[in-house]
Amino acid sequence: MSPALPLGDAAPDDGGLPASVAEGAAGRAFGLYLHVPFCTVRCGYCDFNTYTSAELGGGANQASYADTALREIELAARVLEGAGLPERPLATVFVGGGTPTVLPPGDLARMLDGARSAWGLAPGAEVTTEANPDSVTPESLAQLAEAGFTRVSFGMQSARPHVLATLERTHDPRRIPDVVRWARAAGLAVSLDLIYGTPGESPDDWRASLDAVLATGVDHVSAYALVVEQGTKMAVQVRRGDLALPTEEDQAAKYEIADELLSAGGLQWYEVSNWGRTPAQACQHNLAYWRGDDWWGIGPGAHSHIGGDAGGGLRWWNVKHPRAYAERLEAGLSPAAGRETLDLATTRLERVMLGVRLADGLALDLLSTRARREVAGLVADGLLDGRAALGADGHGARVLLTLRGRLLADAVVRALTD
Amino acid sequence: MDASARRAPAVLCRSPERHPLSPIPTAALSKRIQPASTPAELLRNFCIIAHIDHGKSTLADRMLQLTGVVDARAARAQYLDRMDIERERGITIKSQAVRMPWEVDGVPYALNMIDTPGHVDFTYEVSRSLAACEGAVLLVDAAQGIEAQTLANLYLALENDLQIIPVLNKIDLPSAQPEKYAEELAKLIGCEPDDCLRVSGKTGDGVLELLDLIVATIPAPVGDPEAPARAIIFDSVYDTYRGVVTYVRVVDGALSPREKIVMMSTRATHELLEIGVISPEPVVTNGLGVGEVGYLITGVKDVRLSRVGDTVTNAHKPATESLGAYRDPRPMVFSGLYPIDGSDYPILRDALDRLKLNDAALVYEPESSVALGFGFRVGFLGLLHLEIVRERLEREFDLDLISTAPNVVYQVSLEDKSVVTVTNPSEFPSGKVGEIREPIVRATILCPAEFIGAVMELCQVRRGDLLGMDYLSEDRVEMRYTLPLAEIVFDFFDNLKSKTRGYGSLDYEPTGEAAADLVKVDILLQGEAVDAFSAIVHKDKAYAYGVMMVGKLRKLIPRQQFDVPIQAAVGARVIARETISAMRKDVLAKCYGGDITRKRKLLEKQKEGKKRMKTIGRVEVPQEAFIAALSSDTEVKDKKK
Repeated sequence: MSPALPLGDAAPDDGGLPASVAEGAAGRAFGLYLHVPFCTVRCGYCDFNTYTSAELGGGANQASYADTALREIELAARVLEGAGLPERPLATVFVGGGTPTVLPPGDLARMLDGARSAWGLAPGAEVTTEANPDSVTPESLAQLAEAGFTRVSFGMQSARPHVLATLERTHDPRRIPDVVRWARAAGLAVSLDLIYGTPGESPDDWRASLDAVLATGVDHVSAYALVVEQGTKMAVQVRRGDLALPTEEDQAAKYEIADELLSAGGLQWYEVSNWGRTPAQACQHNLAYWRGDDWWGIGPGAHSHIGGDAGGGLRWWNVKHPRAYAERLEAGLSPAAGRETLDLATTRLERVMLGVRLADGLALDLLSTRARREVAGLVADGLLDGRAALGADGHGARVLLTLRGRLLADAVVRALTD
Repeated sequence: MDASARRAPAVLCRSPERHPLSPIPTAALSKRIQPASTPAELLRNFCIIAHIDHGKSTLADRMLQLTGVVDARAARAQYLDRMDIERERGITIKSQAVRMPWEVDGVPYALNMIDTPGHVDFTYEVSRSLAACEGAVLLVDAAQGIEAQTLANLYLALENDLQIIPVLNKIDLPSAQPEKYAEELAKLIGCEPDDCLRVSGKTGDGVLELLDLIVATIPAPVGDPEAPARAIIFDSVYDTYRGVVTYVRVVDGALSPREKIVMMSTRATHELLEIGVISPEPVVTNGLGVGEVGYLITGVKDVRLSRVGDTVTNAHKPATESLGAYRDPRPMVFSGLYPIDGSDYPILRDALDRLKLNDAALVYEPESSVALGFGFRVGFLGLLHLEIVRERLEREFDLDLISTAPNVVYQVSLEDKSVVTVTNPSEFPSGKVGEIREPIVRATILCPAEFIGAVMELCQVRRGDLLGMDYLSEDRVEMRYTLPLAEIVFDFFDNLKSKTRGYGSLDYEPTGEAAADLVKVDILLQGEAVDAFSAIVHKDKAYAYGVMMVGKLRKLIPRQQFDVPIQAAVGARVIARETISAMRKDVLAKCYGGDITRKRKLLEKQKEGKKRMKTIGRVEVPQEAFIAALSSDTEVKDKKK
């Protein structure tokens, strides 16, 4: 089971957007997310919208998925134009899953081509695909680079076989240095994804994973705390007592270890769960989510956002099942399942909720008067940087999380929103 | 005399056209026992003393049926009806008095059965009911034996010189042990075991004999018909349609319709709008004469204007002496009652105003608590009274309430010799205090002999002094203790029940005050006192209370963004301390593939939850934590997070 879609308003069959989404669009970056809902196996902790069967029927079959996705790309181009949005080349493209690399490189290339012909790619655009370490070869990576991909993000998760086994990851951790080398040889920037707090993972296991990452010399790392989601196989194992739920203390300590080792290895945090060697090596597509930029999500269950700070923006989400998704597109209909219009108050709330997580901080004047009064207390509790709050470091008065504040970011957000 | 053989057929084949007040005696006989003109020697006034589930209602209904006051079918219906109300309202049904005709050897009699409030908190009201009678049926379950409250009421009846008829009920039960309990009763009253009548209210066995025995052994009332009227009020009930209905027993003189009457304690004058007897419905009469029992309606709307224990006299020819000193009901136990939903405060206020109309003992005043918001400090006669009121508020007015730990009334003398009455720990003087006096009760505990040790241990921990102990039978004992009331208001009865496997029973009556070494323990959250958790306890128990409450709160209050010290303190001295360490991690790492909507909805939900928290200083405390901390369970489960 994957997470339920939000409850929202009905989406029109033609996917049409109101003119309000165009407000200020010229100043906002535009990105594309492309969901590939297939995996060869489902990992025990995973609650993403992905399927292990290659034959879901019709346009939802793996073999015809690229064509189905291309239909939505065409629809997206039409809808954006119809809403009066200016022509904007794609600043970022991110292919996620699922496991995008279960599709042949040629399919990924075709989808990217479709996006390129619809909008064009901005100069220096970041084009990423997620990849499973055991579903790539030097050749396939070279093909992706050839097609225009600039970056690959490998789901490494851990360097420890017993941790990978608990996560039900099938790849051999010894393969990581190889796939990183191949990707770099192909000219791709590389990011590694890690998961911490897996049942049975010791602090030393975690250090070993971080050391292994640093040893590859990658320029970007994402580290996510394991969340045991309802409806996953792991949730059942926890309920039965076969696995112990990771404790708050364990996860907090591991986050601190990660920040310590990665910083020492030359990688700086730029978002709560992400570290990059230089600001330029931060994942621009990921930042777009936290900055509230525009993006269109292609694929079943994918989410989109178009709209600015003035309110009137839209979030919508596609039907979840690949079959339903394909059928709607084949019928010439928008695959959107529901949507919501963001009023000004909601837009401002999201802005704080998302922006607080960034190392750039959030300008203090984006907070309400009431929320601003909370800042001193949060500084006193050691959750916000006092110098940044005063603007004493020369970057303007802003909300900037301390290390402890990053661990309590949701509590900070609650304090800073009305 | 074989009464059942003689009368049973007549009872079962009653013709409906007979006079409703005298189905047993003939019309001629019934004329002799008309209300307002029945000679005192033909009256018998009695009550039934029984424990709550020993079958009093069933026996009473059987008597109503056998005397023809209600027919068999109606009796059944009424019985069921009453059971329903009892089930609904617990034991809140107020007493009443029913007039029943009965004939023995060709002489008609009018029997007045006066119900008593049979429970521990209403000793004074029970004593007034007893004062309205000349005799009492002591009804004991033949399978359970006498209970402490019944024993206490028996002693009250003996003090009032009532003729006691010992009766063992439920002899139809397979588990009945009439021989054993007959001996117990005989020993208590000083009669022979054979004198104990054996009945079954359920089958009707022995009830005819009991009615005959009431006529034969209970003395007729004696009074002066020529004297100014004096009638004792033994119950007073508010009725939505009629106003206050007052139940009286006339001792001297007579009361007549439309005359003006005076309440002797307040000198208030009312007009008798209606006077009558209950049989079993109200029947308007030409008045009430010497020895008679009935009701009055004067149109007043508040039971406080027609109070139990007061004496009614004629306005035109008032008596000079009342029938015993009237005593105002005195609240012994106080507790703060707060609506869980703060917006229910006006409903709570109206509900208390309504209950007050029918409960002269209920006192309350508004109070506010930092932790709990607006509520009332409510005074009760005792724990049971508290429970009844609370339950009625919740059931009849659909309120969800938090009640603070009950406390007693302390008299605290200050250095300047002035005395402060403390009904709430927050009123406890903060400076130096002289003597502190607390209420003391005399408690009677009945239990099987095997639990003597356990009970003694419990009473010792509760600062009890053993006054004496008697064996009621081979294996049952009566233990008498003096105990500070404060020690029994919280969880004493629950403890007694669990230590005696449910067999122990308790009764207590206030006996005065005594000085004690008491201190106020404050509970501080991040240095701020939380009024709802303050308690006045014996010096030797301050530490235990502090550790218990601090430990409970540590488990109940969720972690915050900062360390939260919880302290128990006596004055400035900290006696116990725990720390809720700061939350370590509260951040969702992912954004679920751009599903910001989901993330925002989660935030909105969390913020809703935050709104339901009470903030003490900077500490956010969920309402449930207050409820759990104030509950009597000493163990609490660790909070989830």
